Amino acid sequence: METTQEKIMPHKLSIIKEITAFVKDVITWSLSGGLAYQIYLCILAALMVLGVYAYFVQLRVGMAATNMSDIVSWGFYIANFTFLVGVAAAAVMIILPSYIFKDKDLHKVVIIGECVAIGALVMCLMFVFVDLGAPWNAWHMMPIIGLFNWPTSLLTWDVLVLNGYLVLNLLVPAYILYCHYYHRKPKDKLYLPLVFISIFWAFGIHLVTAFLYQGLPARPFWNNPLMGPRFLASAFAAGPALIIIVLVIIQSTTSFRVEDQVFNKIRRISVVAGIINLIMLFSEVFKEFYLPTHHSQPAIYLYFGLKGHTALVPWIWTAIVMNVIGTLTMAFNPGKNNPKVLVPACILLFLGIWIEKGIGLIVPGLVPSPLGEVVNYAPSWVEVSITIGILALGIFVVSLLLKPALMIEQQYEAGE
Amino acid sequence: MDPRKNKICQKPQEKDCQQTKQRGRREFLKGAARVAAFGGAAMLAGCGGSMLGSKEELSLRWKEYFKKHYSLMTQEEKDETVRRLEQLAKIKKNVNVQMSSAPPIDGVLFGYAFNVTRCEGYMECVAACVKENNLDRKSNMQYIRIFEMEHGQLTPEVGNAKFYHQVPVEDHFYMGVQCNHCQNAPCVKACPTKATWQEPDGIVVVDYDWCIGCRYCIAACPYYGRRFNWNDPVVPKDEMTKKQHYLGNRMRGRGQMEKCTFCIQRSRAGRLPACVEACPTGARVFGNLLDPDSEIRFVLKHKKVFRWKEDLGTDPKFWYFVD
Repeated sequence: METTQEKIMPHKLSIIKEITAFVKDVITWSLSGGLAYQIYLCILAALMVLGVYAYFVQLRVGMAATNMSDIVSWGFYIANFTFLVGVAAAAVMIILPSYIFKDKDLHKVVIIGECVAIGALVMCLMFVFVDLGAPWNAWHMMPIIGLFNWPTSLLTWDVLVLNGYLVLNLLVPAYILYCHYYHRKPKDKLYLPLVFISIFWAFGIHLVTAFLYQGLPARPFWNNPLMGPRFLASAFAAGPALIIIVLVIIQSTTSFRVEDQVFNKIRRISVVAGIINLIMLFSEVFKEFYLPTHHSQPAIYLYFGLKGHTALVPWIWTAIVMNVIGTLTMAFNPGKNNPKVLVPACILLFLGIWIEKGIGLIVPGLVPSPLGEVVNYAPSWVEVSITIGILALGIFVVSLLLKPALMIEQQYEAGE
Repeated sequence: MDPRKNKICQKPQEKDCQQTKQRGRREFLKGAARVAAFGGAAMLAGCGGSMLGSKEELSLRWKEYFKKHYSLMTQEEKDETVRRLEQLAKIKKNVNVQMSSAPPIDGVLFGYAFNVTRCEGYMECVAACVKENNLDRKSNMQYIRIFEMEHGQLTPEVGNAKFYHQVPVEDHFYMGVQCNHCQNAPCVKACPTKATWQEPDGIVVVDYDWCIGCRYCIAACPYYGRRFNWNDPVVPKDEMTKKQHYLGNRMRGRGQMEKCTFCIQRSRAGRLPACVEACPTGARVFGNLLDPDSEIRFVLKHKKVFRWKEDLGTDPKFWYFVD
């Protein structure tokens, strides 16, 4: 019956019908689940509502609702943005081996990496948006209808690469899932070129974001050629660590099984990047403290405090301890393949880099000010609430994408 | 063509030649812009509550919202927006503002010099600047910072900007810091929307209404020359300077960047900036760098001048000198 219908129907129409059925099922599957899943989604939604409320407060009061100032002109939002660009870029560490080196183990979880990247990108774009003082003018930055200062302004580069990476990361998995949904083999010719582009693009998004800071001679703490490479190393350590955590959560809450060698492979990627990251950190610290110059002031402020202002000191040392313990445990601990050791190590590494590449990177770039003034900064409740809302949105997006994606993959594998 | 004119200022002429050809496309894009911006207009309405004004105010605000970048406007369009802003000031605050859109004068490049020996830290310049430029009284915004320095120091970073005592203090000297109007300005390079640029007379300006408030320019500025409106700026009606310029001291809104403009509303009308006029010791010198007989040229030729953070290659038009 169906086959005859397909024959009669013009080809184009059948594709539209196929896509509608696919989209319909994806939406249904992403929203349906047990009670626990529904409660989980509701909690995330509640946190998002908190974020929206705080954002309205910020719109009403102005950016004065934040604790930022002319000295600390970027704060919690941009800190989280910077870190999450790394998480988004890190998906490439799974994509590269699975599509290019045809690694069968990693190929099974590549979709998870891609979904995490999409969630991270959504959060990045939201963080930039909520940081705008005049968001109603955001269209001024759109090419053609606004004035897009490209290629001069690094910020326009960042807008381009982040949106481009989001599109790439939506297109490839959508196409593959669409094929798998109909139990077809995806055509290499159609998606592999995009995969190649997305690999270069992933390095691009993090390098461009680093250049955003690195290109400012006014800020000696940022104006450092190691910034770009270090961004990559820390991202390729934190991102895979996050994917391990996500995999463990998926395995314990769904019927999706991940084999042990997958964890082992991702752990190795994270460890190598983590060690390179520590070497670079050591190199930076050496430069700042062997013969401290006037340009070492921000680093002194960060690690030891300056003129009695020590707000960042406990944070950065916590971050470094977490970073070192996390990396070393994942590298040398005999129980490193045991989830009971691996997961806490991943959490330590992830949080350590979050602090260090977030607030520990942004605030010392701005303090002391170009006039040598030192102030402390801690986010206001509005900033914290909006941040929580955006993080909830990111987790929400990842969950809604992962649920149908994993169902389709499981069905496809069962049918194979 | 005058080589000093920078690119962005030539654009309107180029655009005019192609105008007829591009009309169709432009109309379409305008429509697209409107759709995209509608959400923004809705946001403004949602947060300000001020959109609930009269029909006239609404129409003025609507036109203001969809206007072009200042440097792409024809002179008629500039006149229109200036008139609209005057009307809005009348409706909203009942103030009679006279706003100018005076263009740069040919053969003028402004420069500034600060006499480190003469300044005694009275801060008259700061007060005059706040008054003249309608700076926000709520957040106590100031474009000029004065640093009290001990002998042996010669860079404001090590000085003290928070002195609350009688001046001058013996064995101390004073150094003023404000926007350096760099010829090679990092803030101009950083701006993603070209909302800040250098005018042909050397003044680095901001189109307040084009700024999206990303604050990348603050991060890029090595002189702490830029200020952000974290809240809605407040200026008491009777203290407001009514003679304004579109690129200068007109009222800004929250979420917009602003900065010293060498008092563009005064300097383009042949007057001295408020800080120069107010200085009781004559420590501030301002003038046309292209006029060989100007005081600023005299200072540059005969005094020992230096610039701050010369190593950054920003090429400031703000010099310090000693007597």
